[in-house]
Amino acid sequence: MSTLSDPPEGSFRLSMLLNDTRYRSLTLQAVAAIALALALYYLYSNLAANLRAAGLNISFSFLGSSAGYDINQTLIDYNSQSSNFKAAIVGILNTLLVAILACITATILGVFAGVLRLSNNWLVRKLMAGYVEIFRNIPVLIWIIIIFTILTAVMPGARAYLGEEPERGLIGGIFAFTNRGVYMPAPFFTNGFGGGEGSGLNWLMLIAVLVASFFGARAVTQSANRKQEATGVRPNTLLINLAIWLLPLVIFSLIFGLSWDMPDPLANRFNLQGGIQIGAPLIALWFALSIYTGAFIAENVRAGIQAVSNGQTEAAAALGLRPNRVMSLVVLPQALRVIIPPLISQYLNITKNSSLAIAVGYADITATLGGITLNQTGRAIECVLLLMLFYLVISLSISAVMNVYNNSMKLKER
Amino acid sequence: MSDTHEHSIAFVRTTEIAQQPAPLNAAGPVKWMRDNLFATWANALLTVAAAYVLFLLISSTLPWIWGGLWTTSSLSECREILQGQSAACFSVLTERWNQLLFGFKYPAEFYWRPTVALVLMFFALAPVLFFDLPRKLLIITALFPFAAYWLIWGGTIWTPLFAMLGFVVGYFVYARYVSNNFALGFFGGVAAAIVTWYLSGFIVSAIAPSQPLLAAVPSRDLGGFMLNLMLGLTCVSLSIPLGIALALGRQSSMPLIKWVCVIFIEFIRGVPLITLLFVASVMLAYFFPPEATVDLFLRVVIMITMFSAAYIAEVIRGGLAALPKGQYEAADSLGLDYAQAMRLIILPQALKISIPGIVNIAVGLFKDTTLVSVISMFDLVGMIRGPILASTDWNGVYWELLGFAAVLFFIVCYGISQYSQWLERRLATDHR
Repeated sequence: MSTLSDPPEGSFRLSMLLNDTRYRSLTLQAVAAIALALALYYLYSNLAANLRAAGLNISFSFLGSSAGYDINQTLIDYNSQSSNFKAAIVGILNTLLVAILACITATILGVFAGVLRLSNNWLVRKLMAGYVEIFRNIPVLIWIIIIFTILTAVMPGARAYLGEEPERGLIGGIFAFTNRGVYMPAPFFTNGFGGGEGSGLNWLMLIAVLVASFFGARAVTQSANRKQEATGVRPNTLLINLAIWLLPLVIFSLIFGLSWDMPDPLANRFNLQGGIQIGAPLIALWFALSIYTGAFIAENVRAGIQAVSNGQTEAAAALGLRPNRVMSLVVLPQALRVIIPPLISQYLNITKNSSLAIAVGYADITATLGGITLNQTGRAIECVLLLMLFYLVISLSISAVMNVYNNSMKLKER
Repeated sequence: MSDTHEHSIAFVRTTEIAQQPAPLNAAGPVKWMRDNLFATWANALLTVAAAYVLFLLISSTLPWIWGGLWTTSSLSECREILQGQSAACFSVLTERWNQLLFGFKYPAEFYWRPTVALVLMFFALAPVLFFDLPRKLLIITALFPFAAYWLIWGGTIWTPLFAMLGFVVGYFVYARYVSNNFALGFFGGVAAAIVTWYLSGFIVSAIAPSQPLLAAVPSRDLGGFMLNLMLGLTCVSLSIPLGIALALGRQSSMPLIKWVCVIFIEFIRGVPLITLLFVASVMLAYFFPPEATVDLFLRVVIMITMFSAAYIAEVIRGGLAALPKGQYEAADSLGLDYAQAMRLIILPQALKISIPGIVNIAVGLFKDTTLVSVISMFDLVGMIRGPILASTDWNGVYWELLGFAAVLFFIVCYGISQYSQWLERRLATDHR
C-alpha cells in the first residue's frame, strides 16, 4: 500500500487537490477555515457596527459598581450598596444551594420510586409508574409554578402566627409554615474563639471536627474489617462509632455555647422575627426540581437494577447469601455501574434547570446577573456571556468528574 | 405387576379421577390478590398505605372536578354560585379557550387558519410516523411547511410558492449532478436554491398584491398552545438534519471540522436553554446587519434549533458508535466513497438505532418550549401567567388553568413516548 501511495517526484498537479484523497481533506479544511473565518468576521463586523450605532462598548467595569437592589435570600452578607459582582456571587451561591439540595432529595426520591417500581406489590408498582409518567411528561416550569402557587396561595400568611393568641401555634413550638416561606430555629454560638462573640470561625472548626470524626469512624470500621478477615468474628462497632460521631459534637457545642435563635411571634406586629427563613421561591424550586428529576432518576434506577442479570441473583443465593446481602454485595455494585453515569447527567440537568428560578423570583445567578443586573445596566452581551461561562464551568467540571468515575469503574478486561 | 397389587392392596383405582377446579385460594382473583397485594405482612401494609394515598388523591380531586362550573363569566360569579363549596371553576377554560390556544392578539376572525394548519399537520405527520401508509402521502408532508406558513402568517401566496420553487430547483440540480459527484450535486443544489430565492425576492415584491387573499398576521401576535406546537415542530424538524451534520462532523477525520463540531456541541450542551433564550431576546440582534429586523420568533427558532441539534447530534453519535466497525470496512471495501457509504450503509442503520433517543429529545424539547414565557412570549404558560391570571375576572383561578396546561402537555408528551415505544418494538428486527 505505502509504495503505491507515494507519489512520484514532481508529479503534483493542481487537480489532485480535489481528486486525490491524500490532499482532499487538506483542501476541504482550508475551505472550511476560510468560510468559518468569513462567517466570524461577518458576525463581528455586524456586532461592531451595531454597537457603534447604539453608542455602546464592551466593558466589564459595571461589575464593580453598586448593584442598587436587594436580594431577600442570601448566604453571604449583601446589601443594595454591594457591587454587581457580589450580587453575582450571591446568585452563584444560591444556584449551587438549590442545585445541591435538589440533587440530594431527587436521588432519595428517585431511588425510592425506582425500587418500588420493581416491587412485587401490584398497587405500589402501578402507583409509582403513575408518578413517573405524570411527572416526566409535564414541563418542569409548570411544576415549579404549581408548587409555588400551592405555597403562596394555600399557606397562611405570617400574620396567622403573630400576637399573644395566634390563630395557629408554631408547629412543635419551632416551625412556622407561611406563604412567604418556612421559619425555623437558627443555630449560633455564643462564645467565639479566644473569647468574644461566636463567628464564622466556629463553623469552620465544627466542620473540622466532623471531618476528624469521619476519619476516626473509618479507622474503626477498617480495623473491624481486619479483625473479621483474621478471625471470622466481627466486633460490634455500633456503640464506638456513635461515640466517635456524637461525643466531639456535644463537647464542642458545650464549650462554645451552641444555642438556637427561635422565630419569635411577639417581637414584631407584621412578621415573624428571628430564626432562619427559607423563602417560598427556594422551597418551590427545590421541591419541583426534586420530584421532576426524581421521576427520571427512578427510571435510571429501575433500568440499572434490571440490567443485572437474574443469574447473578441466583448465583449469589446459591452461595448461601441472604436476600439483603445479595442486594448489597452482588446486585447493587453491578447496578451502580449502570446507574451512576445517567444519574450524574441528571444532576447536570438539575443545575441547568435551576435557572428557571427566574420564573418564581428566586435570586439565583440567572435572576441576579442575567435578570436585574442586565436590565439595570443594559450590559446584555457581557451579562449573558458571564452567565454562560458560569454554567459552562459547572457542566465541564461535572463531566470531568464523571469521566474520572467512569474510567475507575470500567470493567477491567484483559 | 398389576397381579401383585391385586393381592397385596385392597383397592386399586383403574380409572382417572375427573379434573377438579383448583382450590379457591390457589386460583383466580383471590390467588392474584394474595400474590400481588398481600404476599407478606410488610407488603400488605404497603398496599393499605398505597390505597389510602390513592383514596386521598381521588376523594379530594374528583368531587372538585365533578362539581365544576363551566358557564359563568367570572370567578366572583363562580364563588356566588358555589357559596363556599369547593369546586372547580372551569368557566375560565370555556371563556378563554381561544386565548389559551391562539394567544390574545391573533385576530379572532382568522382562528380557522391555524386550525386548518393543525389538521393538515396530522396528515403531514402520518406518513412520517407510520411507514405502512402509502408513500405518496409524503407529498402532503412536503407541501405542509409552505401551506402552514401561508395559513398562519398570511400575506401573499407568492412567498411560500417561491420558497418552494427554490427547493424544487435545488432538487433538480442535485438530481442532475449527484450521479457524477455527491459534493457537486449537493452544493450545486444549495447554490441553485439560494440563487432562486434571491431572485424571487425581487419578483415577489414586484407582483405581490396589495390586498392578499389571506391578511398578514405579524409573528408577535402568535401565542397560546399554538406557539408551543409551532416552536416544537419547527425546531425538531430543522434540528434533525443539523444534528446529523454535527454528528458526522464530530466523527470526521479532519481535525478542524471535528473540533469546530465538538466545541459547538459541548458549548450548547453546557448551558441552560434559558441563557440561549436570553441570547435570542437581548443579544442575537447585535449579530445581524444593522438594517435587518429579524423578529423574535425567528431568533428563538434559531436558538432552540441550535440547542436541540446539539443534543440530537450526541444521540446520533451514539448510534454511529454502536454500529459494528465491520459495516464501515465493508462499505470501504465495496469502493464506496464517503458520501455513498454514509448515505447507503451507515446512516440508515445508525438513524434506526437513534430513533428512540431522538424522540426523547423531541419530547424534552416540546416541554422546554414553555420556557419562552420567561422572555415574555405568550405561549400557553405565558398566557396563563400573564393576561389571564392578571385579568380582574379570573384573578385566582390557578388550579383550573395550570391543571389544563399540565393535562395538555401530558397528553402530547405521553402520546409521543408511547409512539416511540411502539416504534422501538416495530423496528426490532434483530432476533434477540
